[in-house]
Amino acid sequence: MWELIESNKRRSQWIFFALFLILAVLGGLIGASFIEPYGAWWGVGIAVAFALILGAVAYWAGDDIVMSVGRATRINKETSPQLYNIVEEMQIAAGFGRMPEVYIVADDAMNAFATGVRPEKSAIAVTAGLLDHLSRDELQGVVAHEMSHIVNRDVLFMTFSGVLLGSITMLSEGFLRGFAFTGGGSRRSRLGSSSRSHPAIMIAALVFALLAPLLARIFYFAVSRKREYLADATAVRLTRYPEGLASALEKLAVGPMSLEHYNRFTAPLFIVDPQETGPDGARKSALFSAGSTHPPVHERIQILRKLSGAGFRDYQSVFMKVKKEAELIPDRMLRDKSAVPLRAPSSDASPVGAGPEKMAAKMDKLRDIGNILMATGGFLFLPCECGLRMKVPQTLGKTSVPCPRCGRILILPSVTAGVVHLGSEAKKKDDPTDEPPSVYERKSDGWESFSCRCGYPIHLSPLFRSTAVTCRNCGRSIDIR
Amino acid sequence: MVWSILVFLALLVAVVVGVFLFGVAIYNGLVGFRNRVKNGWSQIDVQLKRRHDLIPNLVETAKGYMQHERETFIRVTEARAKAMGAGAGSPREVGQAETGLSDALAKFLLTVENYPELKANENFLRLQEELTSTENRIAYARQAYNDDVLLLNNKIEMFPSNIVAGMFQFHKAEFFQIEDVTERKAPQVKF
Repeated sequence: MWELIESNKRRSQWIFFALFLILAVLGGLIGASFIEPYGAWWGVGIAVAFALILGAVAYWAGDDIVMSVGRATRINKETSPQLYNIVEEMQIAAGFGRMPEVYIVADDAMNAFATGVRPEKSAIAVTAGLLDHLSRDELQGVVAHEMSHIVNRDVLFMTFSGVLLGSITMLSEGFLRGFAFTGGGSRRSRLGSSSRSHPAIMIAALVFALLAPLLARIFYFAVSRKREYLADATAVRLTRYPEGLASALEKLAVGPMSLEHYNRFTAPLFIVDPQETGPDGARKSALFSAGSTHPPVHERIQILRKLSGAGFRDYQSVFMKVKKEAELIPDRMLRDKSAVPLRAPSSDASPVGAGPEKMAAKMDKLRDIGNILMATGGFLFLPCECGLRMKVPQTLGKTSVPCPRCGRILILPSVTAGVVHLGSEAKKKDDPTDEPPSVYERKSDGWESFSCRCGYPIHLSPLFRSTAVTCRNCGRSIDIR
Repeated sequence: MVWSILVFLALLVAVVVGVFLFGVAIYNGLVGFRNRVKNGWSQIDVQLKRRHDLIPNLVETAKGYMQHERETFIRVTEARAKAMGAGAGSPREVGQAETGLSDALAKFLLTVENYPELKANENFLRLQEELTSTENRIAYARQAYNDDVLLLNNKIEMFPSNIVAGMFQFHKAEFFQIEDVTERKAPQVKF
């Protein structure tokens, strides 16, 4: 593990250095275009001091700021034992010296993040929505991913390069705005200085102010996305169970609600980028993903699902196949050629739940009751091919409805389609064995609905091929022709 | 002539100092690895103790519901006693004893499946989560320990650290294995 940390540190240092250089050059050029004769040095000094102060704030108070922006509450072993246990397991797996603090964010959205510029002050936060929807294995995958960010020292990198990026953006924006405002030319009279800078320097400053934020962002995003893949690889190495993280990511990606409390600086810390889902939960267009701090979730899932072992080697080879990119994991990490086997899923598949497990069980029961109420209230249960089960009111008045998860168009059954051919009604209702068999003749290849003798509505899907159907209410068997 | 001797001596001293510093660096690295292995082992020890402490509670809770499963209880209790007895032994001995306990526990949990009332018991649910977590912790602590052991053993065998390791008597560490019942039966994943 520590080879990865070392190589991460080295790469971080390069990025820091590059961003710092961009910042210094930008400061120097801006300074030089304003003040003579030592403007360049003033500019460099002020820009660097600015970044240093922001960096110091981030180092000493950053974690608290992130937690307060995210509205997180700290929990302990007594209040949510399973979550705490899972974090502790991952801490042991990572051989990390200290147990991170565990927080729950009171938000129905599904997300998680880690902080800890200093490893000894690290923390992992998950949302209440996550606990409600993920099983133990899935939650373990998410926690492992966050733990990987901590042990790989990603938080440090994200925070500081975020600060440098912010400084560069602010500086160049300020300069360009000021330049547009004064028109460039009046600057001499404003400063009242007889000495003026060379026009070439002015132009250089202008061009660089336009380019610098772009350049810095490319650096930053290229590395931050790689970090996400690396954290996935490390998480698999820790849990030995890629399916947990994969199915968790799947759930996170289709999660209907987006996070309420985050900002531009805390966004890169989350497991899936909260900025990528709009307030209505819709995915933003592919255009946005170019500037995204996170790699596309479906690609991460694809890689995880194709893994046949839990070692870094396995991840690297699948990554290269899927992404057609060369190197992700440093060579030193790949030296160990021994196979790392995957583990079997744990048997416990129920959601973890924010409180004791009873809460989750209660929620399930409530949902079951809700389903029964909806069924009796004339709701249709439409299964989609992607596995989602939709509850649609029969009085919707539309003939089709798009699946909220995968977007497939599902055709609604037309309720007025058919009537059961009833035999003679004279027989006793209490004795279904005596009555003549119910028969229903199909009229089309589409959705058809009819009511059973007991009045229960039965819907035949276009895919229905059998010759008989059993009423779920009274148990009668109805022949289909 | 005098000059050339001086230069030769200086070079000699430089080489000797350089080799010495190199050796010190390797030695410190080896000590670091050895301490990581020691630390990893004590981590496993903590988790194994945790498991041993959990079992009496589990058995007590289950006894009321499973009156006809005396054999299962006896097997678990005996395996626990055996595992605790092996506590101070070498990783191999501890591993063997703990494998026995893992086996007994897995059989016990299989039997529990036949007692829905027990499975609904709140206290038992809590204990079961603790047990699941403990099993995971043992597995993960073992994982981390074995990774460190591999690093140390590689250093002890590989040149040039093997020279320093030989001089200061660094010994190869033993891997820790628990034959996990579920692990052995893990289905082959095919794509």
